[in-house]
Amino acid sequence: MDSTNIPRTLPRFSATFDPHTLSEIRRAAATGIYDIRGGGAKRALPHFDDLLFLGASISRYPLEGYREKCATDVWLGGRHASKPIHLKIPITIAGMSFGSLSAQAKEALGRGATIAGTSTTTGDGGMTAEERGQSQILVYQYLPSRYGMNPDDLRKADAIEIVVGQGAKPGGGGMLLGQKISDRVAEMRTLPKGIDQRSACRHPDWTGPDDLEIKIEALRETTDWEKPIYVKIGATRPYYDVALAVKSGADVVVLDGMQGGTAATQDVFIEHVGIPILAAIGPAVKALQDLGMHRKVQLIVSGGIRSGADVAKALALGADVVSIGTAALVALGDNDPALEAEYNAIGATAGAYDDWHEGRDPAGITTQDPALTARLDPVAAGRRLANYLAVLTLEAQTIARACGKSHLHNLEPEDLVALTIEAAAMAGVPLAGTDWIPGKTKF
Amino acid sequence: MQVVDLAETKLRALNARLHSLSANTNETVWRVENPDGQHALAVGLDAPITVEIAGHAGYYCASMNMQATVIVEGNAGVGVAENMMSGMVHVKGDASQSAGATAHGGLLVIDGSASARCGISMKGVDIVVKGSIGPMSAFMAQAGNLVVLGDAGDALGDSIYEARLYVRGEVKSLGADCVEKEMRDEHRVELRKLLDAAGLGETVQVDAFRRYGSARSLYNFHVDNAAAY
Repeated sequence: MDSTNIPRTLPRFSATFDPHTLSEIRRAAATGIYDIRGGGAKRALPHFDDLLFLGASISRYPLEGYREKCATDVWLGGRHASKPIHLKIPITIAGMSFGSLSAQAKEALGRGATIAGTSTTTGDGGMTAEERGQSQILVYQYLPSRYGMNPDDLRKADAIEIVVGQGAKPGGGGMLLGQKISDRVAEMRTLPKGIDQRSACRHPDWTGPDDLEIKIEALRETTDWEKPIYVKIGATRPYYDVALAVKSGADVVVLDGMQGGTAATQDVFIEHVGIPILAAIGPAVKALQDLGMHRKVQLIVSGGIRSGADVAKALALGADVVSIGTAALVALGDNDPALEAEYNAIGATAGAYDDWHEGRDPAGITTQDPALTARLDPVAAGRRLANYLAVLTLEAQTIARACGKSHLHNLEPEDLVALTIEAAAMAGVPLAGTDWIPGKTKF
Repeated sequence: MQVVDLAETKLRALNARLHSLSANTNETVWRVENPDGQHALAVGLDAPITVEIAGHAGYYCASMNMQATVIVEGNAGVGVAENMMSGMVHVKGDASQSAGATAHGGLLVIDGSASARCGISMKGVDIVVKGSIGPMSAFMAQAGNLVVLGDAGDALGDSIYEARLYVRGEVKSLGADCVEKEMRDEHRVELRKLLDAAGLGETVQVDAFRRYGSARSLYNFHVDNAAAY
């Protein structure tokens, strides 16, 4: 046989050493430093897509889609605060810092949230006048770094969120590289301009739940017991962490899964530390129920919320509220394909751009470059966010009515089934077509 | 003088009364009896008043202070004057961990010694400790001055930014990126002012101190420095 005519098998990429892995090995070998990026976990994870709702049928009856009320409001912080918060929708904007985001982006988040009747949240860098001015309800984060921590701002806030961790990097502190430390950011954080800033991962003046209880009391005394106090944790050991947060006196617990975004963190941290939000809600709700505090201490969950279906599923599993970060940025204009040529020019492509730490975002959102930030119109971007929040709410209501619920909070685990064994086990709902909940009932 | 006896009055009522004072209040001097080490004493003040605490204080005494002078006539627990913005806090005994943590301004004077992490993450406060300080003090200290008449424990000034540290006694060890620096005239003037403000006068000479601060070699990440972290 002529050797030139022998059929050849196609070149085969390794599933283990796939092209992305190979490119990372080459990048690491060339630079000697880990990869840093923004966003949350990008790998495929068990998620809300693996759950389905059982709509009403003979045994349950639905509500009329456009006639019968399906309420969406929620109160937060009534456990101890004399001024609890009332949100019109159970969807909030997660904490994102001025520094990681432009002042225009922070203003747009405030505008959008205010139109929708919900809250937005400061971040690791203090409160800006723009976001306080445009946010009807503003949650002030109290972080390990305490950058820009100011009692005047604390008193201006509507709630205080003590950040213990976040889903993208439970156990890690924030990062803001020199490119984004502008004069204003440096001044707010009391840091030299242009340095690589690595925030502390632990609070400087308390460790453990007993100290946290005293810290919460001190914050309440400082603000005359008016403001709800949230405790935010990254999803790792949600049963115990939620129980300890409640024991420490939290009014609200914020639970962030590994799909939750960050401004800048090591890729290895984002992809390999923490658990998906789907696996975290059940144990968190059980902790609240075991303590008799479900619905008394509110649970806010986040990490990969994209649609009204995700909202409805999170609430059905027992959360009181969801919060969004990445999706909110996309609504503002992040990763817009209309900017594809400019993304290409910085070695990225629309939809996959995550080098937020470099401060070159053509959308003007994750940058401090005045020429880029000026591109984002806070009014128009805020309107887009408000529209998106309205759609999330309408979608969640659509599902809730189909399940016969007159309030989104009436959704329950019994309305759900899982498409995969993994999701069934993690969410604690039956595999579709069976009554099997792995780990709870026999097959 | 206004006297509040915490054996009879709840802490919440005390703090609420102190918070209600305006900048031009006539009730400028307050004495808190029977503090019994309660936490969160005189926190969040924002008026030019003096509060004397007649005994020991628990955690976070005078936390987030603005304008006020708070005097603790005993020992202070964790995080005394934590996140102070302005004013003065004077501890006549010893202070526990994280004294003056993250404080942005004002003056914290500790007549005794301070435990670990004194001045951690300080952001502009001036701290004068007449005794010694524990390990990991001035960790990630960003701005302000820490003056210690006694000794400093291990890892002083680890990962320090722009804060200035003056120590008269022994420093057990310096943390990552913290180095001894030349004491120039401007530093002598600054140190003299701080010692005077702490009531130490000419009994303490500035030339007996050594100055420490950031080598600034870790300000921007470089792989060759990875072992320092």
